Amino acid sequence: MGKGTKLALILGSIPFITLVFALPLVNRIEPVILGLPFLLFWIISWVILTPLILFLAYRLEKKFNPPEKEDER
Amino acid sequence: MNAALIIIFATIALSAFLGIYAGRRVKMNLENWTVGGRNFGIIIIWLLMAGEIYTTFTFLGASGWAYSKGAPTFYILIYGALAYTVSFFVLPALWKVGKRYGLHTQPDFFIKRYDSRYLGVIVALIGVICIIPYLQLQLKGLGLIVQVASNGAVHPRIAIGISFVLTCAFVYTSGIKGTAWVAVVKDILMILAVFIVGIGVPYIYFGGFGKMFKTLIAQKPDYLVFPGAVPEMNVLWIMSTLLVMGVGFYMWPHVFGSAFSAKSARIIKRNAVIMPFYQIPILLIFMVGFTALLVIPGLEDGDMAFLALVNKTYPSWFMGFVGAAGAVTAMVPSAILVLFASTLLAKNVYQAGFRPRMSEEKVMNLSRIMVLVIMIFALVFAMFFPNELVPLLIFGYNGVSQFFPGVVLGLFWKRVTRTGVFCGLIAGVTLVLILILSKNDPFLGMNAGFVGLALNSVITVLVSLKTKPSNGGFK
Repeated sequence: MGKGTKLALILGSIPFITLVFALPLVNRIEPVILGLPFLLFWIISWVILTPLILFLAYRLEKKFNPPEKEDER
Repeated sequence: MNAALIIIFATIALSAFLGIYAGRRVKMNLENWTVGGRNFGIIIIWLLMAGEIYTTFTFLGASGWAYSKGAPTFYILIYGALAYTVSFFVLPALWKVGKRYGLHTQPDFFIKRYDSRYLGVIVALIGVICIIPYLQLQLKGLGLIVQVASNGAVHPRIAIGISFVLTCAFVYTSGIKGTAWVAVVKDILMILAVFIVGIGVPYIYFGGFGKMFKTLIAQKPDYLVFPGAVPEMNVLWIMSTLLVMGVGFYMWPHVFGSAFSAKSARIIKRNAVIMPFYQIPILLIFMVGFTALLVIPGLEDGDMAFLALVNKTYPSWFMGFVGAAGAVTAMVPSAILVLFASTLLAKNVYQAGFRPRMSEEKVMNLSRIMVLVIMIFALVFAMFFPNELVPLLIFGYNGVSQFFPGVVLGLFWKRVTRTGVFCGLIAGVTLVLILILSKNDPFLGMNAGFVGLALNSVITVLVSLKTKPSNGGFK
């Protein structure tokens, strides 16, 4: 496994940690942030951050993994 | 005829025309029909996959759950983000083997990787069994939307009948490409409708999202945290459901198959990065459901919350627009579902199981005939037995997610064997069926599909380690 893939996998685990395993800890209404109950605010934040996390993973893979053959891309 | 009706039928007809037109000058063979000649760029792939996620269930169900169940509806917003994250790691590798071995469908993958036609037949049959109730649900939703949007002027059976004929026409002629073109129309209409209503109704009734939530927190605080209004949907159930749906989403045969239509593995990867943006409209659909809960409480059927609130708030021509968006939102997933179900039956059940020497042209023709057969089957159920397939619908996601170990281990672990995958799959599917039919779902608070998937994974790995390694048809 290339270094880029490893880093990408670590990043890829973040949505699972925040949006699945952390749910018991954030299952509450207070504090209300931007008018949203805390649980919904937490979920929306991480759903919006997921594409940014994946974009970072994409860049890291490209940077650290050896370039692939032309026909395999 | 009123304005709403004209808008609905003009939209349905124009979409179908566009779908048929998309296939002109393309010589239809199996490669073009099912995977678009593996030629789709990032925008069309994005629209196609988004078309598969946004079904009538998203439209009516996400608002309906917010209305009748509260916080458990949030899972609809979350699981997509998880599914895209999984796809970032799995689909590019899948696309590469698809290209190398000329795969069209999900069972094709199993046949090639595990060198077993019969494993392919089993995967195809489970896939079709999961697809048909899902297809019926789309048709049923379509009938309901058009009926309400036309203020009762159009009977659901007429709406289902007309859109069924048109959907068949563009799937038959243009395959996946026609579907992708109609998905463009669908996305524009749906996003417009959702933004106008989702931002509009909280503002009209409360002056904004914040004030709407303030009222909701004051009146129904329990709705905004798990388990909402349904005690069984506690945090454990939500977590296990999210894991099953997160890994299960790309295991649907039609979603799996669409990955092959991309032009390159890199397009698939970049698509995974931008997919989560498509989740934002779901948030607005929740807002509609929550607003409806405060403004029009006590509806008998929560799934009607979206349409009932639009009906109360907007003029009738706008209702026609929402109806049109809803109808096309049912047609696109129906088209993809029927396209893949028919290919599975023709190619992976009939050809692989009974007629290995059948020519590709004949498989293609048989697939087209199967489009009509499956549609008529789903149509009959949607019109005359609308509730008979509900247990199968619950089985759907749980059933397809059982393919996950076979796919992921097959791609990334050389040691996994045919016998291992076969035993794991059968054990997982059987356990899920037993739990659902014996009313033990949720089991110990967890989603039955998750329990099945856990057993399936353990058995797949253990049996694989006990059997002789083989890389099957992969080099």
